Amino acid sequence: MDKKSEGYVIVDGVKTPINGHKNLLEVIRASGVDLPTFCYHSELSVYGACRMCIAEIEGRGVQPTCSTPPEDGMVVRTNTEAAMRIRRMSLELMLANHHGNCQTCDKNTHCRLQELAERLGVKKVRFEEPEADVVPVDESNQSIVRDPNKCILCGDCVRMCKEIQGIGVLDFAGRGSNARVTSAFGKGLNQVECVYCGQCAAVCPTGALTVKSVLDQVWKAIHDKNKTVVVQIAPAVRAAIAQEYGIPSGEQAMGKIVTALRRIGFDYVYDTSFTADLTTVEEATEFLGRVAEGKNLPQFTSCCPAWVKFAEQFYPDYLENLSTCKSPQQMFGSLVKKYHAEKLGVPREDIYVVSVMPCTAKKFEAKRPEFSVNNDPDVNAVLSSQELIRMIGQSGIKLADLPLDSMDLPFGFKTGAGVIFGASGGVAEAVLRMAATTEGSHGHTPEFHEVRGLDGLKEASITLDGKEIKLAVVSGLANARNVLDKIKAGEVHYDIVEIMACRGGCIGGGGQPLPNDMEAREERKNMIYDCDAVQSLHNAADNPFVKELYATLLEKPNSHIAHELLHTHYYPRKRIDGQPVELSPAKPEEKIPVQVCVGTNCYLRGSYDTLKKLIEAAKQAGVADKLDFKATFCFEKCVSSPNVQVDGKIYGSVTPDKAEEFFKETIKPVIESQEKVEA
Amino acid sequence: MAQATAASEKESRASRRFEKIQAIVEQYGAAESALIPILQKVQEEYRYLPEEILTFVATALNLPPATVYGVATFYAQFSLEPKGKYIVRVCDGTACHVRKNQTLISTVKEWLGLKEGQSTTEDMRYTLEIVSCIGACALAPAVVINGKVHGQMTPEKVTKALEELEAAEKAEDK
Repeated sequence: MDKKSEGYVIVDGVKTPINGHKNLLEVIRASGVDLPTFCYHSELSVYGACRMCIAEIEGRGVQPTCSTPPEDGMVVRTNTEAAMRIRRMSLELMLANHHGNCQTCDKNTHCRLQELAERLGVKKVRFEEPEADVVPVDESNQSIVRDPNKCILCGDCVRMCKEIQGIGVLDFAGRGSNARVTSAFGKGLNQVECVYCGQCAAVCPTGALTVKSVLDQVWKAIHDKNKTVVVQIAPAVRAAIAQEYGIPSGEQAMGKIVTALRRIGFDYVYDTSFTADLTTVEEATEFLGRVAEGKNLPQFTSCCPAWVKFAEQFYPDYLENLSTCKSPQQMFGSLVKKYHAEKLGVPREDIYVVSVMPCTAKKFEAKRPEFSVNNDPDVNAVLSSQELIRMIGQSGIKLADLPLDSMDLPFGFKTGAGVIFGASGGVAEAVLRMAATTEGSHGHTPEFHEVRGLDGLKEASITLDGKEIKLAVVSGLANARNVLDKIKAGEVHYDIVEIMACRGGCIGGGGQPLPNDMEAREERKNMIYDCDAVQSLHNAADNPFVKELYATLLEKPNSHIAHELLHTHYYPRKRIDGQPVELSPAKPEEKIPVQVCVGTNCYLRGSYDTLKKLIEAAKQAGVADKLDFKATFCFEKCVSSPNVQVDGKIYGSVTPDKAEEFFKETIKPVIESQEKVEA
Repeated sequence: MAQATAASEKESRASRRFEKIQAIVEQYGAAESALIPILQKVQEEYRYLPEEILTFVATALNLPPATVYGVATFYAQFSLEPKGKYIVRVCDGTACHVRKNQTLISTVKEWLGLKEGQSTTEDMRYTLEIVSCIGACALAPAVVINGKVHGQMTPEKVTKALEELEAAEKAEDK
């Protein structure tokens, strides 16, 4: 321990050990005083903007404690007249700039701003609210609503997206009284590189970033007598509900959720952990196949829709390495619609599948066009854990007092392996358990504690048929970026990599109730492993209803029909919507459009030089005035980059050395054929 | 024929300009730390920062577009709106302000025919900017026309300067 982290600080007269804490705020909190903050989160960098954590340090005056390192012998008073006055004034100024409508706000009663206004006793805002500058609310996407009018500029979302998720969708723009948090060029989140993980909303202290709700649509389906409403509950939800209602275990919480959902009017209550078991069997089989063939390794998991979108945008070269397995949510949707339609005789369009997820990106995933049959989505509506809590509240049901009930069969039965999908390392452990258990061993299933816990990167290895299999478990997309870049550079080698976008896995998903900090996640993680412990089966392949499903419908893992129902594919995806750079402004309608992609993947493979050479070749051939050149961003064909589009048709692999040849063999014939038409 | 030459002239200007942006990026080794000088040079080229060029710079520097947008909107020197060929900056620092720069502002607005809230003329020839102190307080009130500082201005003097500019351009056209 270095010298600075030893010794004592006197906090309001109480001698408090520094105990390795990096900043004074943590020491003060350890002493039992909860100094409030908006912009401080232990996992993010220190920003020091909100001025809530100020305290008077002897000899130094009033200082923000989050950005002050503790020193031995420091004497601090947290509630001097000056500190209280400044704290209250800062809050008053924030409130003056905040377009609040608390009663109808999504964050009502969960808002940090509201809570602190109450706690600090701000009863009057002396400053007039600026009315003229109300800006539009961004509701462009399925997952997150961004209302800049409620933003207090704490920057939590900015740092979360940049530091933990490694993306940087949001940033500060403008300055002074014009400062605001915004996406690039103020575009909707659906037009930029947002992966919808919702971690920004998990740290936002106000209603500026919230989870988009589809609760009204679900109620409507329940009230519709013609609909069979089926609900699936994701593993991580039970832990969050237990925490929210003070129920001691996730298992008990689940039993009460089942009772509540039946009373609300859901016709069938199932567990996503069932399709998590199915995912394990499919994904492990796929993995062993890839190991045997030695191709598309390392295999990346594909359960997390935010990670999938991240890979589509930033690592298109690795899309072949993603497991083709649909996520448990989507496997559930396609299976249940088929099962209920065929076995129970309900027409597909009358089956309404709801999922309750800890996640905001699942809302986006359910709307991906490949997960629909004739415009009927496999999963009709995705509720976050937050919305489930609201639904229970709206129904008036007192959840904590309810008796327990069990799920419907067959899709309500799971092994412990399905439940641990809710925590980072769970998918990996489920696959390891299956690989390490010999068939029919009815007894001990090995556990893999090295892949458990909230660390951003965990590693393990097992020996399979004499071969060492190396495995990595990653959570947080910045960590994923790091690992992928190292894999790309050949610095590390893995055979299988589990990636979850949110730190700690789904238990910390963007749809989970607040507070959703690391402390809450730690508790939820423990509950998930407790749920695993009380199941009789711990190996996904032992799930009797999974076995039955293979016997009656799916034939065997990775069979043709399993592929049809349970597997999918991925597409390179552009990061930002926008106009191309016009290089030939005059009269484009008479010219043949030639667009060269200068998006990241193409740019890195020399597309700029390709463009330059094509323009040069056109000039030399004397046909420059017949072509309309543009530099554009992303045709979503990144694997074959650099890409060039000529007269509406996209051609791949036009590297600079092939540019001249491409001009002669592709562009020139197009010009000539057009001239013929004109003649 | 003259028209065709003019069109191809315009065309090569557009691609030359873009070529220059790539040269600027390369000159600074596509370094993140060089974002501000790169944006300054981009603005010299286009007279403002077009969205698609900012996206291109973000791609080339491997930065999130939101970061580039944040920097571009932070500094008053950068504009995301197209600007006129001639920039008229009226200083609104304290010294110029107390020496009645308001009359200069209204004179320029009237001369250019700018409506309320408009800062660039419709023909894209002039942009009026009201700027913070330019550091020429001894010459207050000051106006900067196309980079040249004109001190101790009066409405008459500023009108004359603008008329001279107009005459010079006409002579050039001939």
